[in-house]
Amino acid sequence: MLIASVLFSACLGRYPLSVSDLLRYLFSGQSIDAALPTVLLNVRLPRIVGAVIVGGVLAIAGAAYQGLFRNPMVSPDILGVSSGAGFGASLAITLSFSLLGIQLMAFSFGLLSVFLALFVSRIIGKNHDKILMLVLSGMVTGAIFNALISLMKYIADSDTKLPDITFWLMGSLSSITFDELKVVLPLVLLGTVPIFLLGWKLNVLSFGDEEAKALGVNTGRLRVIVICCASLITASVVCIAGLIGWVGLIVPHFARFLVGPNHKYLLPASFFSGSIFMLLVDDVARSATSLEIPLGILISLIGAPLFLVFLSKSTKKSW
Amino acid sequence: MMKLEIKDGVFGYPNKAILSDINFELNTGEIVCVLGKNGAGKTTLFKSMLGVLKPLSGSILLNGKPIEHWNRPQFARLVGYIPQARSLPFPFTVMDVVLFGRTAHMSAFGSPGKKDRILAEECLELLNITHLKNRTFTQLSGGEQQLVIIARALAQQPSFLVMDEPTSSLDFGNQIKIIRQVNALRNNSLGIIMATHSPDHAFMCDARVAIVHEGKMWKTGNANDIISEEILKEVYGVDVKVRSLGDKSECNRLVCVPTV
Repeated sequence: MLIASVLFSACLGRYPLSVSDLLRYLFSGQSIDAALPTVLLNVRLPRIVGAVIVGGVLAIAGAAYQGLFRNPMVSPDILGVSSGAGFGASLAITLSFSLLGIQLMAFSFGLLSVFLALFVSRIIGKNHDKILMLVLSGMVTGAIFNALISLMKYIADSDTKLPDITFWLMGSLSSITFDELKVVLPLVLLGTVPIFLLGWKLNVLSFGDEEAKALGVNTGRLRVIVICCASLITASVVCIAGLIGWVGLIVPHFARFLVGPNHKYLLPASFFSGSIFMLLVDDVARSATSLEIPLGILISLIGAPLFLVFLSKSTKKSW
Repeated sequence: MMKLEIKDGVFGYPNKAILSDINFELNTGEIVCVLGKNGAGKTTLFKSMLGVLKPLSGSILLNGKPIEHWNRPQFARLVGYIPQARSLPFPFTVMDVVLFGRTAHMSAFGSPGKKDRILAEECLELLNITHLKNRTFTQLSGGEQQLVIIARALAQQPSFLVMDEPTSSLDFGNQIKIIRQVNALRNNSLGIIMATHSPDHAFMCDARVAIVHEGKMWKTGNANDIISEEILKEVYGVDVKVRSLGDKSECNRLVCVPTV
């Protein structure tokens, strides 16, 4: 299905291309038109690969967070990574940084926000429910960074900088290049591989900290590793694609609906569902109208009703 | 023979000791019933014994080695836990839940293999719940869930079991089934410590009794010697008659009959 979606997406766009032409080009190298390789390799392919990676790994991060917090209503934003990244990017845009600078700032502030939440929960939450403290700390750091984003919007030059900030915050895959993907991919892998390896432990954690400990899981260490990995993943993709919500929340739901809650199957299923979802939504974003629709808007418009559908189905399956 | 012992234990939360002066030992091949009214500190005692709650002072030793020197998987291979209440947010199957018990025997990044599955099936069979294997845990009744959790603890293959009110919220029949199972496990030379609200359970298991009362481990000894009308009155504040059913009856043991 993923392959079919990729082929379909490659054919879609201003430059018309049929699947058979595409396949002929891929397998024999013969192209019907001199412009084909350029369109395909420089315009469409980075965007397609970008959508596959961004959608897939956001869904993995979401599934990991949901397992970790034992709550299917959690999304990768829970510890404020998106707000942090959003602030980093707005600050960089306001200060007229280069594209690379904006991405670096988004990445580092995204991670900073998570570490801040971890740190705060460590200090104030010594004798309390650790998970609750972590979630509350995440909400607080998220709220602070959201306020700072508003501040940036308020002081930014309304003719030049403000539209850039707004556009960034809505998320887009239109400017992704292969060079960026080359940098981001290792970071994403670095975050994804440990999560896959720790899948079974995440299963055990669903009975709660105390039982997981009694079953032989070092829950404190597991939590820190998974949070770091999932945040690394989220920050890496957010810095090239901007803020993209909902995927990390609804896709794991859908995947759980398909393959059940065992992370061994849930994580790969989340990746593939997330990739396909992102590809198709991005196809709509770039081809539905002559003007590109910002991805963030479209995902919420499509994602929110979809979420309701899953929710109504899921009540029958009681998760 | 293995031993889980507490020396001069003070347990509770920082600034708030709940139990003090605890000296106790549990050996393999015996059952200890912990009695005490609601809030007496039974769960605090268990959480401390499991290393989930740090003792405020004193030490807890497993085979002579302080439990904080055991790492989690090592400890879990010897001590299993059956908790009081549970909530599972995701719809795992019964088989998955029982396989969770194998975690301590797997490598750091491992997941269950064929041997683990065979063992898990044996545990389900032992408890006569093989038919639940593919059911969703969250959709089972309280009694069925309890049996699955016991199967999970058996899959852990521990030498000791810490059971926090394993019969609470079970119907009369299921309570007796659990007690029978507990007796069978003791005969398989497990050491079991079990909190219960029914003093009768201690008679049924021919158990050693530890009564937790007013922040202390007040009385310990064999059920037949310890559980008396005076002590039950003191602990629970109600009048109870302790009677023998007589040598000729099929249940030759003491029973507690509260006056109403």
